[in-house]
Amino acid sequence: MQSETKSRVDQVTSPAGHPVAVLRFEGDIASTSKDAVLGTYQGLPKATNKLVLLDFSKVDYINSSGIALVIQMLIEAANSGQKVYAFGLSPHFTKVFTMVGITKYADLFATQTEALAAL
Amino acid sequence: MSPSKPTSVEVRLPSRMGFEKVAMSTASAVAKLMGFREDRIEDLKTAVAEACINAIEHGNRLNEKLSVGVVLSAGENSLEVKVIDDGKGMKDQPAKPDIDRKMHGEEDPRGMGMFLIQALVDEAEWVSGTDGKSSYVRLVIRLDKDSD
Repeated sequence: MQSETKSRVDQVTSPAGHPVAVLRFEGDIASTSKDAVLGTYQGLPKATNKLVLLDFSKVDYINSSGIALVIQMLIEAANSGQKVYAFGLSPHFTKVFTMVGITKYADLFATQTEALAAL
Repeated sequence: MSPSKPTSVEVRLPSRMGFEKVAMSTASAVAKLMGFREDRIEDLKTAVAEACINAIEHGNRLNEKLSVGVVLSAGENSLEVKVIDDGKGMKDQPAKPDIDRKMHGEEDPRGMGMFLIQALVDEAEWVSGTDGKSSYVRLVIRLDKDSD
């Protein structure tokens, strides 16, 4: 019933010249998304991927289990010296991420261009 | 939808993750008919989804022989949603989630559903069934006429 979460990684360079791993998600982010969210993140070599940008622009539904997966990713990233950013959340999920405190640990941007300009 | 005529819609969901989206769509359709703003409908959808997930996972313990009842009652100025399961209900409300404690491994990263429900609707109450089952959560979201 839940739509499968698709994910892929693009390696880009910010205007300031920093390498950025962009994790692009598509579909629902829920309890069934562990492999797509955490698995994809954990597949990135931590030593060479210090900046991680999450793309939620093709995600329609995120529930509390999905938010918990994002928090687990933030914990792993913090422990590995990585910095996580995100873009493409709807106004509603921007509000939800702010309410649960994720914005203390991951800056949110409207678009990829805005996000990369800040990195 | 006639504002003076109370209207009720009922949905029964299997206790299977993912079916909360059926309740979300129904709640969204009723709220649209009542004239709720789009941002309030998004709040309602998330609150209803989290209430259904709790009912499926904790109330009915993913037992597909049990169903989750969702009753939407449209009043003149508000929409009430009851999500009913066959669990015993809760004795205590969990503490408000703390992102710093979660980040430091002192608190489970999960456990935000009830917080989101309370934060996104105007009223939320959890009622334990008197017979040890048929517990429900009752949500109310009000039409804000000043800004609508």
